Amino acid sequence: MLLDWRFFLDDDGSGRTYLEWLLAAWGWTFSVAFCAWLVALVLGGAMGILRTLPPDKRINRGLIHLSCYGVELFRNIPLLVQIFMWYFVLPKIFPAMQALPSFLLVVLGLGCFTAARMAEMLRAGIQALPRGQRDAALALGFSTWQSYRYVLLPLALRTVWPPLTSETMNVLKNSSVAFAVSIAELTMYAMQVQEETSRGMEVYLVVTALYTVTAFSVNRVMAYFEKKIQIPGFAVPDSANGGP
Amino acid sequence: MNKFRAGLLAALCMGGAGAQTTDTIAKAKSSGEITMGVRDASGALSYTLGDGQFVGFHVDICHRIIAQLEKQIGKKLTIKYLSVTSQNRVPLTQNGTVDIECGSTTNNEARQKQVAFAFTTYVEEVRIATKVNSGVLGIAQLNGRNVATTTGTTSVQWLRKHERATGMDFKEVFGKDHADSFLLMESGRADAFVMDYQILAGLIASAKAPADYKVVGEVLSVEPIAIMLRKDDPAFKKLADDTIASMAKSGELAKTYDKWFMQAIPPKNIKLNLPASESTKNAWAHLNDKPVEAYAKK
Repeated sequence: MLLDWRFFLDDDGSGRTYLEWLLAAWGWTFSVAFCAWLVALVLGGAMGILRTLPPDKRINRGLIHLSCYGVELFRNIPLLVQIFMWYFVLPKIFPAMQALPSFLLVVLGLGCFTAARMAEMLRAGIQALPRGQRDAALALGFSTWQSYRYVLLPLALRTVWPPLTSETMNVLKNSSVAFAVSIAELTMYAMQVQEETSRGMEVYLVVTALYTVTAFSVNRVMAYFEKKIQIPGFAVPDSANGGP
Repeated sequence: MNKFRAGLLAALCMGGAGAQTTDTIAKAKSSGEITMGVRDASGALSYTLGDGQFVGFHVDICHRIIAQLEKQIGKKLTIKYLSVTSQNRVPLTQNGTVDIECGSTTNNEARQKQVAFAFTTYVEEVRIATKVNSGVLGIAQLNGRNVATTTGTTSVQWLRKHERATGMDFKEVFGKDHADSFLLMESGRADAFVMDYQILAGLIASAKAPADYKVVGEVLSVEPIAIMLRKDDPAFKKLADDTIASMAKSGELAKTYDKWFMQAIPPKNIKLNLPASESTKNAWAHLNDKPVEAYAKK
């Protein structure tokens, strides 16, 4: 079975080559992943912070419960099932959702799923800080908001950066579920083009390579920032130089 | 790093270096077994009943071919079934894992460079299914409307080409499998579902309310579906072709078709009620292994 790559220059029937289509599919993968990542960052950040609020006020207790439910809901249902919920089930209950583009639905679905995971990371990061950090902030007269903004979050973020890198790479790879709701991204490209060209090996090799390159680039970018935001001598060892 | 590169190179070349047995008859004789590639759900052509049982129109024909092979080598063969997918069926046939693939593979020019096909035994017609009250009567009414089809099928490509040729605009939505595409139509996300007729007939027959759906309009394209064999094995291809020719001549082919497409079939005992199309009858009358491209030229 010899590999034959020439079909990438063939016309796919609509006036573009399979190579051009591949690049468009790559773009969709990236768009879905990036938008879902933004949703996850905002929603996951919020849920993660809320879960660590001091339970001294009634409203705080309510918020803690709310974010707990959110996290448990989104991390206990398989991703593909969640995507189908957003695409088939919710529009049955709220007919207006039928008009929403499937891109938006899959971004929300993937975003919420990833948000639950990011929320748990951030919570772990905040709770891993010595209790004295929070107490000292409050003793200095910081409000709850200020203690998070100036003391807890800057430290916690540095702690959770490595798992956050993994999760960012995950969201990129998980974006392959978008094929199930009619987004023409890389996985759909692979499934469709191997049928049209009968060149499955070549198609899957290229698509695998693209996923790998993209995920690794994400990894490098995140690693760059990890180094940038390092505070010399503080908690997280300098992993780039092989640890302490 | 060099070691890594060498490993990668070896992995890439593995396909080329893999054992390529081209003489299926000799292989069956020496090993005493033959591997049949089958499908989990390819309509009545090839499907599973569970528990490793595979049945269907093409599976029946393959059993006849294997019976003929047993007669020729004077030895009983153990038949091993291997469930293949549309992604792996060609590579598995090429590299010798599968000796005879009895599914729903379209015979086309690209595949003929990699594998061989027995005489065409079924001609698939691509058609439009829609809800009875949708107002869709044919392809012309689908301009600007949502059209469902399944990822990984030739229908996707057909719609794309048709748009370009006629300047029509379909809003395509792609289901991940046929059941999913049907759900797209059922839930109202799509106005029509373009797919192989026998698949549409099967889905409608097993839908919640079969009376709500109908197949309308013209035949969009025809595709010869055939049993797939390894390339460069003329002896085995002749044996398969001869078996099919004798079945066609004796009327057994039509009878087998009737068994799967007109009578009640397991597991649900549903009748597909799908008489052989003119194109299929024509293929039986003039046996050939022409690719789909030859049909389009007509």
